[in-house]
Amino acid sequence: MNADPIGVLTGSHYLDGDHSCSEGAIAAGCRFSAGYPITPSTEVVERLASRFPRVGGRFQQFEDELAASIAVLGAVWGGAKAVTVTSGPGFSLMMEHIGLAAITECPVVYINVQRGGPSTGLPTQPAQGDMMQARFGSHGDYRLIALCPNSPQECFDLTLRAFNLAEEYRVPVVVMLDEVVGHMTEKVVIPPADQIEVTPRRYTSKKPGDFKLFEAAEGSLVPEMVKAGDGYRVHVTGLTHDERGYPAMNVVAQDKMVKRQFAKIVENADKIITFEEKNLLGAEAVVVSFGITSRIAEKGMQLAREKGAKVGSFRLITAWPFPEKQIIELSKKVKAFVVPELNMGQMSLEVERLAAGRCRTIPVLHAGGTVHNPEVIAEAILEAVR
Amino acid sequence: MGPTEIKIGGLGGQGVILAGIIIGKAAALYDNKHSALTQAFGPEARGSACSAQVVVDEDPILYPYVQKPHLMVSMSQDAFVKFAPELREDGTLLIEEELVKPQGLPKGVKVFAVPATRIAEELGKKMVLNIVMVGFFTAISGVVSEEAARKAVTDTVPPSTIDLNIKAFERGFAHGKKLLAKA
Amino acid sequence: MSELRENPVNEYLRLDRLPSIWCPGCGIGTTVNCFTRALTESKLDLDKVAIVSGIGCTGRVAGYMNLDSFHTTHGRAIPFATGLKLANPDLKVVVYSGDGDLSAIGGNHLVHAARRNADLLVVCVNNFTYGMTGGQVTPTTPISAVASTTPYGAYEETFNLPNLMDACGAVYVARWTAFHVRQIAKSMGEGLKKKGFRFIEIIAPCPTLYLRRNKLGDGLDEMKYYKEKSVVKNGADTREVGLDYHDKIVVGKFVDRERPTLEEAMDKRFTDVLGAKYVPYTSPGKQPLA
Repeated sequence: MNADPIGVLTGSHYLDGDHSCSEGAIAAGCRFSAGYPITPSTEVVERLASRFPRVGGRFQQFEDELAASIAVLGAVWGGAKAVTVTSGPGFSLMMEHIGLAAITECPVVYINVQRGGPSTGLPTQPAQGDMMQARFGSHGDYRLIALCPNSPQECFDLTLRAFNLAEEYRVPVVVMLDEVVGHMTEKVVIPPADQIEVTPRRYTSKKPGDFKLFEAAEGSLVPEMVKAGDGYRVHVTGLTHDERGYPAMNVVAQDKMVKRQFAKIVENADKIITFEEKNLLGAEAVVVSFGITSRIAEKGMQLAREKGAKVGSFRLITAWPFPEKQIIELSKKVKAFVVPELNMGQMSLEVERLAAGRCRTIPVLHAGGTVHNPEVIAEAILEAVR
Repeated sequence: MGPTEIKIGGLGGQGVILAGIIIGKAAALYDNKHSALTQAFGPEARGSACSAQVVVDEDPILYPYVQKPHLMVSMSQDAFVKFAPELREDGTLLIEEELVKPQGLPKGVKVFAVPATRIAEELGKKMVLNIVMVGFFTAISGVVSEEAARKAVTDTVPPSTIDLNIKAFERGFAHGKKLLAKA
Repeated sequence: MSELRENPVNEYLRLDRLPSIWCPGCGIGTTVNCFTRALTESKLDLDKVAIVSGIGCTGRVAGYMNLDSFHTTHGRAIPFATGLKLANPDLKVVVYSGDGDLSAIGGNHLVHAARRNADLLVVCVNNFTYGMTGGQVTPTTPISAVASTTPYGAYEETFNLPNLMDACGAVYVARWTAFHVRQIAKSMGEGLKKKGFRFIEIIAPCPTLYLRRNKLGDGLDEMKYYKEKSVVKNGADTREVGLDYHDKIVVGKFVDRERPTLEEAMDKRFTDVLGAKYVPYTSPGKQPLA
């Protein structure tokens, strides 16, 4: 269906990435947000707090991130599309409820604007050090979706898409910004509402009694939804549960639940994963990058090309699930992957694992606080093609 | 041609960021160029030197930070002292002439001065100093067109202050044109 | 010959989930019985009543109620319930959990939900211990009582929960013991009717851990103690209702007042400031069956 025009600020704007996320959420039909202030992500909820009362939404600031990250789950079960937003220490606090969202298959969006860490780290400066946390941060086994915008425009586009994916797969989706993308201001074009595709919640058409909240819909791995108040008298628990949602603490139930929750992401990975490829034809080295680093890497590639390097680019738009097939295929064709990232080696581990020795993987690591020097990336590329 | 790097410095509360937004917006929305604005976010309180950084380019911007500005706007002595060493050797410095006394500039830097505070006071509102500077910048630099800058002022300032701000812009712009004609 | 009648409680329970996990003599089931009676008398549309629990023995209540029920994370039932209610204002939302869940790990949410007058009925079953994990000390364990993590007796000052909730602005505060079944049901009924943050504390026995470890007998002995040692003082000054080890228990309805709820305050503020530009939140309504 199309976006509700009441929320959509159609036109060209000069927006920072954080504010652009807010607009993406509103366009997606999000009408509930809970938050707790933290730099550098607070601007997202500040804008929602200002905009929501004018578009029929509700924002509530809570006493901490634990509260905010579960209030959104309550709101989703109440029938709203909901988002919470955080950074650094707040993301750590939210891990428990990302796990709850995963096990209860709650379609919700978390936005994390990454700053330098660990702990309080660099509140106002960028890093990309939460990539593995986004994937594995909550205890136990689960799969979620994580997206990495590299511009304010993509903050709009990918926040919108995050909501759509959340509904499609009944899964928490994390939008992983970094401080630079969150705080930089660029042109953002918001299309007319009738050109914005919005995935509505997949409410069941089954009657209460016939419906099981955790039973995959026919021909799908994803169960349909209901909300509180519609007469289904559902039970939703963070315990391992059966298809009715009843606690079932045994090996069979655990196996069935965890494996289907994995499968709905893994088996749909081709539909979920998006990436951007450039200049791969004849490339001897491929730079794999994401977020702000992908733009700095582009600069590095220009410098390396001036010195004769044949280098192409593979930009991760979906970080999780990871584009495994694509990296494996590329690893058969190139001499090396160059992986610049604002952390001490996270996505480069994934690239290296998939390359499996078929080609070299050269991480270009940076502890964060600012972006890479493009020259350093260029040198790594030249080393890769040597 | 490559990117043009602009750094606007002043005291917190002078409207430094807003000036940056107007210049960036003029380029990106109304001149059909690309621009990226970044700000130094720090624990600095209101009243200390702060800056807005704008990169303007014909092509999409890859590196968003300003490293060696081609153009620098200084609205306070503190900001001048803090940021001027970053200027390129052939760069251009635009100053508020009563608030900034430039010294020890890199070689070849061209300096243009405008009595922005006095102009703003003549218009009845000292607050529009930053918009006088934007007008002045538009005239001297040519990085953004007059038309684009005007539009950006109009749709950025509070609606009730558009007339005042457009006047401020025009006064700064006229002063810049006058200096260029003399030069 | 009398006709065989179904237990009137049955329609409120998920019978396919019984028997419950609760021990013989546990007070939680008693409170659930009272809750079903309050629901009957409230004549509420049960499709519009949602129950939210945290973790622990009382945290399992949600799972046994035949309502839209949410068994959340430890301590976080209140913020979940707040989100649920804000997003679906048609619902009557009840939080049902224990003393450890609500006042220790969830203490921050408890005080803030009362302060902002979130429209929730909170039932706190206080058995002075963490039952699920084996009887550790909680913020309400009386000084000198033995718990598995205070083997020589507790020594910290306790929370006087009615006083805490009163101070934070709850609009309805009552305390009863598991002995006072009629009064509990009546208070729950009042709580279901009223708007804003309503808090009912129910002192209840945990025979397996708290009573046994403190050599206080079994559930029945505890009921006798409740009967003998409780004093009804409606409208009591909540500063004076603190509990000491195995001593007098002041029970009653302590607070019943009016204050704008979170939603009402929100609506008023936006209406005052934004006027016609304010677009109030619309309830998602009932999803029509295809």
